[in-house]
Amino acid sequence: MAQETLTSPAPTTPIVKKSSANSTFLRLAKYTGLRLVTLAVTVTIGVYLTILIANMGGYVDTIMRNEVRDNITQSIASNPAFRNLEPSVRAKLIQEKIAAEVDRLGLNQPFVVRSFRYLTNALTLNLGRAINMTSNDGSKEVRLILLERLPATLLLTGSSELILFFASVFIALSLSRKYGSWLDKLTIALSPTSAAPPWFYGIFFILIFAAIFKILPFGGLVDSPPPVNKIAYGLSVLKHLILPASSVIISSIFLSIYNWRTFFLIYSSEDYVEMAKAKGLLPRDIERRYILRPTLPNIITNFALLVISLWTGFIITETVFLWPGLGITLFRAIGFYDTPVIVGSTIIYAYLLAITTFMLDFVYALVDPRIQVGSGRSQ
Amino acid sequence: MSRLKNSIRSLLLYPSAVLGSAIILLLLGLAVYALVTIPYSEAVRLWRGGEDVWYKNPKYAAPAWFNLFTSKKQPVSFAVDTATGSMTKKVTPSSQGISTEDISYSFDYQYDGFPQEMILYFTPKIVKKLPFVSVSWVTPDGRKIRIADMALNHDATFRFSQDQKLQTRLRTDNVMQALFANPKIKTPTTLKGKYQLVISGTTFDTGSDIDAQFVFHGQLFGLAGTDLYRRDLLLPLLYGTPIALAFGILGALGTSLLTMVIAAIGTWYGGWVDELIQRITAVNLVLPFLAILIMVGTFYSRSIWLMLGVTIVLSIFSGSILTYRSIFLQSKESSYIEAARAYGASGSRIIFTYLIPRMIPLLIPALVSSVPSFVFLEASLAVLGLGDPVLPTWGKVIDDAFADGALYQGRYYWVLEPAILLMITGLGFALLGFALDRIFNPRLRDV
Repeated sequence: MAQETLTSPAPTTPIVKKSSANSTFLRLAKYTGLRLVTLAVTVTIGVYLTILIANMGGYVDTIMRNEVRDNITQSIASNPAFRNLEPSVRAKLIQEKIAAEVDRLGLNQPFVVRSFRYLTNALTLNLGRAINMTSNDGSKEVRLILLERLPATLLLTGSSELILFFASVFIALSLSRKYGSWLDKLTIALSPTSAAPPWFYGIFFILIFAAIFKILPFGGLVDSPPPVNKIAYGLSVLKHLILPASSVIISSIFLSIYNWRTFFLIYSSEDYVEMAKAKGLLPRDIERRYILRPTLPNIITNFALLVISLWTGFIITETVFLWPGLGITLFRAIGFYDTPVIVGSTIIYAYLLAITTFMLDFVYALVDPRIQVGSGRSQ
Repeated sequence: MSRLKNSIRSLLLYPSAVLGSAIILLLLGLAVYALVTIPYSEAVRLWRGGEDVWYKNPKYAAPAWFNLFTSKKQPVSFAVDTATGSMTKKVTPSSQGISTEDISYSFDYQYDGFPQEMILYFTPKIVKKLPFVSVSWVTPDGRKIRIADMALNHDATFRFSQDQKLQTRLRTDNVMQALFANPKIKTPTTLKGKYQLVISGTTFDTGSDIDAQFVFHGQLFGLAGTDLYRRDLLLPLLYGTPIALAFGILGALGTSLLTMVIAAIGTWYGGWVDELIQRITAVNLVLPFLAILIMVGTFYSRSIWLMLGVTIVLSIFSGSILTYRSIFLQSKESSYIEAARAYGASGSRIIFTYLIPRMIPLLIPALVSSVPSFVFLEASLAVLGLGDPVLPTWGKVIDDAFADGALYQGRYYWVLEPAILLMITGLGFALLGFALDRIFNPRLRDV
């Protein structure tokens, strides 16, 4: 990464002293190192906090121990093979089984010790095995549980967020061209609608399109039973996608357009834009060269953060629409006290966020010659 | 003071601000009304109450005003009893302490639908011998139907639809149709007109008495309808108002004030304080906000006030602290701060009397606009089943309705009523915040 950025932006920056390329390299290396260390520390602390919360500071252990005891006592009591055992022998058997299970789950170590083991496992992306949850194939591997739900989540978050992003940037650009028009005013008037979260619009959509008109399904990923034909399957998924995706889009599109429009307007009142207008450049050229270019770092940041946010899924929207994605999985994991799944989902997000913020620094320098890597904060 | 007056005057120029303030004032009025008429403990008792509290209401009843908009009128629920005098009771004593008690209630039935159920509750006062009652039903066309005869040895409940003897006598298990249908028409159609319930009781000792309550479960109920536990939805709709407003306003106030103060302290002192705040913010960005709230709700407590606290703590160190920081960094360099420093003002004095007050114009619109997101957050938590277990809130109503499949079964009122209240609340604050933003930040007015 550092190798790439070394060559391109630095020499073009006017502030750089031309004296030595060596000092640039040093500054860059120092900055990169420092940045990596801070990000690593941030991720570590964030993940450790999540581990602490997800284990209730160790209280989940007590719950799990009780659960283990209940389950084993139950299973032995109901097993006819053990019915004729002496009570004392049976009690001993139960104790042994509980001890073995507690040992298997690693509950006999103090929580503090284990919390650090969880931390190292999480940081090395060794996600481990879930406690109660299983994937549809019956696997307990957290990795498989999360991977299994990833396509559904990416389909929903990807389609809705990408449409939302590009639609709002382009609509905002065209609105900023003719601000004050009734369309512009309508967008401003509608922007408060974004105060309501997607699931709220989802309720209305379900009511109108599923309950009253009965043209779209109430929820789920695909018809039941799922169509055998691949094309029919795809169409069925698409039909189920319409309502959740449009609730996500509707819930934030107006505010998003409004924000981008205001942002573009601020840039289009710069002197150099006036100058370009005075020169008689085509509006399209002005937009591309004088408005979009300086706003590019912002557009990229927003886009990058959006892309990583796709990973988390929408907990509530997925719950309302029974969409089998990561959000609903995370919600169910919390309900099951399944800390490995919770931590697994968090660590992946944390890594994605850290990598993205790290790379954004360099991307800024690439797209905007006024910015120099390591000269200031960009977060 | 004159600045405030000016602000209010310019506020009146914005129709959205006027509408927003009107909505907020209306909601505040509703909140005060709810708190005054229903004390907190009473609200919790009613909301948690079961059949014993809500037996008078039908299940799943839509609001009574539905009849205004439909051509097929549905019966509206009511309950009358002799103890309060809403049902007439005439006691005629005769010899040897024996007296007859004639209880009757007649009502006009002009509906097209059949009721859900009718129930009689008897509360006799027994001295020695058991009082005796016989119940009959008089239809508008003059038929008199014998309903039941029984001796009352204690408090007794008589459910018309579930009485085996009555079912056999009427030769149907749909008692309501048999009692209200026009016998001349094959398809079950209601016979409209005056119906009368006649209870003639006999008591055999002086001091012995019979009180009766007649509960009529129609298809509609009250202003807001009822849910699956027969609860009057007016209670959570009314009482949800102060809770939603408190959650929204406290959340917005706490978050924005604390964010600003912490940002000001960090910028003013700089150095490690500033660094620490920025690092905490970075860590907080990694933490999954909603997941942590859900964990707190699942693992610790679902108390709405704990949730509020956690929400505030998690929202302080968010992106907005960085925005405030960059603005403070600018105003830190202004000449009035320099002047304050020159006369020897302390750090806290500069922060609280110079730095922060300058930010109020920026703070107020942001604060008002962020109220809806907190109001909706409460509802979101409730929809995830993490609503406060004891408090009646709008979100809880939506959650109950969803869990019971209200949308599948066409009980739209159940979802729509709280949803519309949420929407109105969100709209009010969003409209006002939007106008405030334009008044306090004149730069926005041009764009």
